[in-house]
Amino acid sequence: MQDTPPATPADRLARATPPTLARKVRGLSDRSIAWIFVAPTILLLLAINIFPLIWTIRLSFTNFRANRPNEPLEWVGLRNYERILTDPDVWQTMQATAHFLFWTLFFQVLLGFALAWLINRKFRGNDLMTTLIVLPMMLSPAVVGNFWTFLYQPQIGLINYAVEFVTGIPASSFTMLGSVSLAPWAIVIVDTWMWTPFVMLICLAGLRSIPDYIYEAAEIDRASKWRQFWTMTVPMVLPFLMLAVLFRGIENFKMFDLVVLLTGGGPGDTTLLSSIELKREAFEKWRTGYSSAYAIILFVTVFGLASIYVKALNKVKER
Amino acid sequence: MKARLLAASSAAALCVAGMASAQENELTLCWAAWDPANALVELSKDFEAQSGIKMNFEFVPWPNFADRMLNELNSGGQLCDLMIGDSQWIGAGAESGHYVKLNDFFDANAISMDAFVPATVTGYSEWPKNTPNYWSLPAFGDVVGWTYRKDWFERPELAAEFKEKYGRDLVAPQTFAELKDIAEFFQGREIDGKTVYGASIYTERGSEGITMGAMNVLYSFGFKYENPDKPYDMQGFVNSAGAVAGLEYYKSLFDCCTPPGLSNAYMGEGIDAYKSGQVAMQMNFAFTWPGFEVDPNVGGGKTGYLVNPAGPNGERFAQLGGQGISVVSYSENQEAALEYIKWFAQPEVQQKWWTMGGFSCLRAVVEDPGFAASQPYAQTFLDSMAIVKDFWAEPSYATLLSDSQKRFHDYVVAGQGTAQEALDGLVADWTVTFEDDGKL
Repeated sequence: MQDTPPATPADRLARATPPTLARKVRGLSDRSIAWIFVAPTILLLLAINIFPLIWTIRLSFTNFRANRPNEPLEWVGLRNYERILTDPDVWQTMQATAHFLFWTLFFQVLLGFALAWLINRKFRGNDLMTTLIVLPMMLSPAVVGNFWTFLYQPQIGLINYAVEFVTGIPASSFTMLGSVSLAPWAIVIVDTWMWTPFVMLICLAGLRSIPDYIYEAAEIDRASKWRQFWTMTVPMVLPFLMLAVLFRGIENFKMFDLVVLLTGGGPGDTTLLSSIELKREAFEKWRTGYSSAYAIILFVTVFGLASIYVKALNKVKER
Repeated sequence: MKARLLAASSAAALCVAGMASAQENELTLCWAAWDPANALVELSKDFEAQSGIKMNFEFVPWPNFADRMLNELNSGGQLCDLMIGDSQWIGAGAESGHYVKLNDFFDANAISMDAFVPATVTGYSEWPKNTPNYWSLPAFGDVVGWTYRKDWFERPELAAEFKEKYGRDLVAPQTFAELKDIAEFFQGREIDGKTVYGASIYTERGSEGITMGAMNVLYSFGFKYENPDKPYDMQGFVNSAGAVAGLEYYKSLFDCCTPPGLSNAYMGEGIDAYKSGQVAMQMNFAFTWPGFEVDPNVGGGKTGYLVNPAGPNGERFAQLGGQGISVVSYSENQEAALEYIKWFAQPEVQQKWWTMGGFSCLRAVVEDPGFAASQPYAQTFLDSMAIVKDFWAEPSYATLLSDSQKRFHDYVVAGQGTAQEALDGLVADWTVTFEDDGKL
């Protein structure tokens, strides 16, 4: 006589299931079961993403103000969009955003890749060095914003004293955050300091995914280090690098906290990024309809740019 | 089992009833996080003892105060039963239904607005302005004035050098021109081995700082918000020749005589600059003055207090600060909140409020013969309150403020364009807002 194997928890559950329910479940197709599992997530997405988006689009064609909910809603057509796109101040904030976006990405890619390339070497203290380098990105933007404000302080800040030490320019003769020409660079420096480690980590993952035997084959073929770098390392890390640029680009397009803490958008509107301006319109001036249109314009911009970029990224991956 | 269920249900019911009762016996007062708020916490202990109502407080730092509290009001939130809101909120508070109208309550409890300093009643309580419609009780009088280092001004070597250079004594300035001379005199000077600077002024971009500072100067140079005979007619008043000269003066003061790095400075930065001995003069609200008197560096007679100086034509005005206390219409504890206001309006409570550092608006307190001598800054406070003007208190004040913040900061700090362009732009911005509001 054959021994009966001990019942597993699944067997016990199956036996405990009433036959009617079991029959009902058995009657469902795989597709139906898949829908049952996916439905809650889809409903949640509809509720917290799609519905607000549609609602925002609707509001963007009205004069609605959230602080005056009882006032009659007036349909203004494309007036909000027209106002935004013809407003020189809006274009100035777009320019400030573009400056911030371009230069932070440029420096973060350059430094992030360089650091990853160096850290990828085998040397003593490699792990400790990696941990130290990634520390800035673990800090809260509020903390970073506040302590860089002190670092940039012209009378007591280290940065000005460092500049004085190197160049001889008196420390209190210039102010990084209060100068129209220096403030846009001051925020680029802080964001680069904070987020270069992120790009470095992604690049490091890319570098470590390159098999050693490829380099060994190249060595046998007597390819120079320079040639190995340009024809093997860079192309194989490029998809990772492009992914890092995508993440950082989207993040920096909506940069808010760090810049608000450092400059508040000033001096004047020099560092007034689109997201700061949008917040002011929406929650300080309470022009909800206008700011909805502004948000839609920014959304379309990011979405359009990101879509083009993702297509390019896919092409690079296919190579 | 049934008995246990019954006991558990009873306990739960008692808990719920207890919570409801506790809520009825509690009040939450919302205000900015600053020294006067701490004084009010102490003062309110008397109310708690008398009424048996527990007071809770929600204080938000000034830079976020308007954002946080206006969001609360606009969303119909029930966090605050009592709101000590900024003077400019009164229009929105009244028209959007955030505040409870207090006329009937005042009449029923014999609280007369005639008993309060007229400027504070107009500034903090009335909407529409100059009509007997009251939405708050004047709670904390405040005004922008100046402090100066009396001990530096009295140094013989400095006094002599100043007299030789400017042909007059180094005393508290009476005009803005004199103020700038003194600021220039101190700028970059070595005093006790430290480099000091002329003055700290408001330059903050994010909330209301530079508007409060610039307006504090512009009023005395001839700036007016609108045509006195035609409301919302701003052309030639906001951007009058006098107003342009006032804004140019403010920029020149910023360029010549402020410490490096004070390009985004408001009350807190001004206090720090003054207490740390960086500046000879400081523009700031009167609420800061009690703190200077007890400060080891600048207290004990080292600080003098100064009413805002006069403009080129002898006109002298000052920017109003301060707040009234209102009952939030969304509160479920309005009765208790009104009881608090009734208690707060009593002369003896107001007297104690003043002694604890709160700037009372009750005439019985400030017109008392002993008031002027009660503190070194008391007379300056009184004189300043007599010449106040305030920013728009329209329901759209936040939009109007945001526009002036941008225009003033662009010109004064960033140096973009001219004063004329800044004020012309301001007229255009404000016109759009009033058109949107249907007032133009």
